[in-house]
Amino acid sequence: MESLNHLPMFSRRDVLHTFAGLGLSFALPGMDLLAANKRGKERHKSFILLWLAGGPSQLETWDPHPGTKIGGPSKAIPTKNPKLNISDLYPRMAEQINTMSVIRSMVSKEGDHERGAYFLKTGFRPAPALVHPSVGAILTHELPVPGLEIPNHISLGNAPSPARGGYLGAKYDAFKVFDPGLNLQNLKSGTDDKKRQKRRLANLDVISSSFRLGRRLQVKRTLHQQTIDRARLMMSSEQLDALVIKEEPQKIRDAYGDSNFGRGCLVARRLVETGVRAIEVTLPGFDSHASNYGSHVESAKSLDPAFSALINDLKTRDLLDSTVVLCIGEFGRTPKINPLGGRDHWPSGFSCVVGGGGIKGGLVIGETDPTGKKIEPADPIEVNQLYATIFKTMGVDITQETITPIGRPMKFCDGKPIERLLV
Amino acid sequence: MKPKLFALPLTVAGVVVALVTWAAQSPQMPTALPVSAGRTPTTDGADETVAKLNQQFTSNWEAEGITPAQAADELQMLRRLSLSLHGTIPSLEEVRQFEADDGPDKIKRWTDRMLADTRFGDYFAERLARSFVGVEGGAFIIYRRDRFVDWLSDELNANRPYDELVRQMMTEEGLWTGKPATNFVTSTINENEVDENKLTARCVRAFLGQRIDCAQCHDHPFDVWTQKQFEGLAAHFGQTQFSAVGVENETREKNEETDKEESVEYVVEDRETLEKRVVAPVVPFGEEWLPKSGSRRDRLAGWITHPENRRFERAIVCRVWGYVFGKSSSYLVGQPYEPDPPVDDLPAPGDLSEPDVLDILGADFREHGYDLKRLIQVITASRPFLLASTHSEDIDGGDPERVDQLIAQGAVFPLTRLRPEQVIGAMIQTGSIKTIDQNSHLVVRFLRFVSENNFVKEYGDLGEDELQEHAGTLPQALLRMNGNFGDNILTANPFTASGRIVSSAGSDEACLDACFLVGLSRRPTFDEREQLLPLLKDTKGDARKHVVEDIYWSMFNSPEFSWNH
Repeated sequence: MESLNHLPMFSRRDVLHTFAGLGLSFALPGMDLLAANKRGKERHKSFILLWLAGGPSQLETWDPHPGTKIGGPSKAIPTKNPKLNISDLYPRMAEQINTMSVIRSMVSKEGDHERGAYFLKTGFRPAPALVHPSVGAILTHELPVPGLEIPNHISLGNAPSPARGGYLGAKYDAFKVFDPGLNLQNLKSGTDDKKRQKRRLANLDVISSSFRLGRRLQVKRTLHQQTIDRARLMMSSEQLDALVIKEEPQKIRDAYGDSNFGRGCLVARRLVETGVRAIEVTLPGFDSHASNYGSHVESAKSLDPAFSALINDLKTRDLLDSTVVLCIGEFGRTPKINPLGGRDHWPSGFSCVVGGGGIKGGLVIGETDPTGKKIEPADPIEVNQLYATIFKTMGVDITQETITPIGRPMKFCDGKPIERLLV
Repeated sequence: MKPKLFALPLTVAGVVVALVTWAAQSPQMPTALPVSAGRTPTTDGADETVAKLNQQFTSNWEAEGITPAQAADELQMLRRLSLSLHGTIPSLEEVRQFEADDGPDKIKRWTDRMLADTRFGDYFAERLARSFVGVEGGAFIIYRRDRFVDWLSDELNANRPYDELVRQMMTEEGLWTGKPATNFVTSTINENEVDENKLTARCVRAFLGQRIDCAQCHDHPFDVWTQKQFEGLAAHFGQTQFSAVGVENETREKNEETDKEESVEYVVEDRETLEKRVVAPVVPFGEEWLPKSGSRRDRLAGWITHPENRRFERAIVCRVWGYVFGKSSSYLVGQPYEPDPPVDDLPAPGDLSEPDVLDILGADFREHGYDLKRLIQVITASRPFLLASTHSEDIDGGDPERVDQLIAQGAVFPLTRLRPEQVIGAMIQTGSIKTIDQNSHLVVRFLRFVSENNFVKEYGDLGEDELQEHAGTLPQALLRMNGNFGDNILTANPFTASGRIVSSAGSDEACLDACFLVGLSRRPTFDEREQLLPLLKDTKGDARKHVVEDIYWSMFNSPEFSWNH
């Protein structure tokens, strides 16, 4: 665990002073931090993506078909939503899922991990000439948060395909924190000695000044110094507290579970409280080509406590009305169980859980065939419809077009919102 | 995810085997350079080509009233060449040798020496592979990017003619392991099918310097390419298939409905009407270049690499220019107002009575056996590469547009952000006095291999569009400032360069000089001496170590370190 008391490499005043001097007043904090204290519908909206990497099985999560040929050993349990039964691997979610909606008929056209993840994170299939931004990148691009000193788009856990800024630029890439809650990675200075920290910066000024001679404008354009100043501001920011969980009561930490994903979800809640716009938390390990059931039992040990604690926590703190939570992976898994007891990739008729932030809870949309024979689910929902819904509730206008670097105008999303999901 | 989990034990075993092989192959030979045996570049006529190039630039400068920058000093040239050709900075060992060398044509000889070092092939193979196969992992098992890059590296070190390499990639048959060039095809496999569209777009981008990808789905909105042309090109891959025996050409197959043998045709589904139609292989121009015989792939490869297909030579010389300078040149692609034009979307070749830079370089390249090493020698001997990155007009109150113009016209060497591999290569090199190459100790090389992969992952890969300008990012700054990796290198101990500088440099002046030569390939300026020497004065033990470590830290985080100049 890090001690925040030893964190700042430079005094906060130093950094703020530098910023004011540089005319970077936009970077000065404190302008709108009251906004972060607001609750309920008044509060600005945030987005948490719980990414189940590898492709979770719908049958062992939110769409069980027990007792059928395709059902496998999974049983179904009732939830607080009378219309909804889920897999018995998720007893805690059964208590919380009624505030969320379940879509059991997601359809995609990409059955490969890289391509599928690209599609599900951006809402667009991979295209030859340009890279689309992920939904989180679009949200942070369209909805900047004044006064935020830490990144507005954060990826927690070890994501195989972390959210990218695509044509919006690398600065909209998610800021990656590989071990959420455990350490602050590169956010802490290599030396604790204040004198040496000062000396390092002073030396840096000396070396940079000689480099600037005869390269004044070129060096300015590199934004090198500004990036270092931003890094310093972030290192000295109190908002970094959001990444540290040791101040959280033991009870809360236990509820989320002592796993990388559990800590990630807890950090995600803290980031939302701080005002961060878009967060993704990754739970890997769903690619169950062999022993599908066994591996889903393992995954559920992380997912069930973390996801349910997150919903409960957001509700208790009156943050659920302002936080969209989406739990999804790159695709689902085949109804058929293969000879190794595994399920393979299945991009048609897979499930997701979505709710909060103005998205209606309690709905169950779509249906898959319990015999597994019919490929197309009833009431199919396209990926872009899901994201159009999220953009609408978050207040992003998707009818406008952005000119991409290749000169081609693009909409952020080419789907229509699912109106019945909107409050 | 399963393939990755599955791959883990295999990878571990692979790494162990690779390491053992590696160790066995290159015993410690501290005096010999790891030189590649291969075709030696010819030099006849190279000076004339350089003169023609320089003429182009200088007459332009005169016309625009531009005074070019001064010549860069020699140590700066050494650093530049080392970054461009090896992806790292020179070691103190090399700097000392370089300084002791007072023979004629020093820069030229050192360029040759770097091109003969196997680090050249390793570094350039990774660059070129990005345009040939991209950076993605692709389909598991049937695509082996590592094999492809190794193969390419060997070929580059042997200086195989570029046109031969391209034809081999496009036409090779066999397994992706034994015939690594086939990975060019298998890199596009999606759901067990060779992706003709992706292959076509790749070939046209990488080998002809044109983006016709848009025409895959519709006529190109602002260019001349039509969907019909795209399909005609793609049809050349219509008989390219793969099976357990690898990539092959399948001209006939059994129709399952009629049970009769039929010829394999390229069939596309119309995006509007969903009707299926057979598309015949056609080229959009230069039909006379198409070979009369051979498989469809062979013919396309023959057409692309035909000596009269000027797009072929223009595309590669433009790309190599970009690699050498670290960014694309707007002057070369004839778009002076675009700061970072793509190198794979070039204007159509113009009239040969007024050849441009691409034509001059292209002709030299073609006439001398598509020799990549010679091409690099010519580019690095040209005026723009030899100029300083400082300019008397790039000052406070200077005109930013004027600076843009100087850069665009090649009148000043552009500052370019180092690629992640270059940053890490440079950082690792600063941890050692000796050159880190194939002769280095196994542990050092293993450290480099492992750290490079982790570092690139954290630093952020630029992917295929690596020659377009990107500003540094926040995670990169944090990684350089606070990362474990940099910290391990700068910590002064008996195994690191900083430690050895502290223990054996001697005087304060020698100590400061050594730090600067290791990290920045230059000596400190007067001002730097004035400000930094007092820090070292009368220090010893840990206090001295700390001063040196702090100077290291400041070098790592300076713009000078992470921007090529």
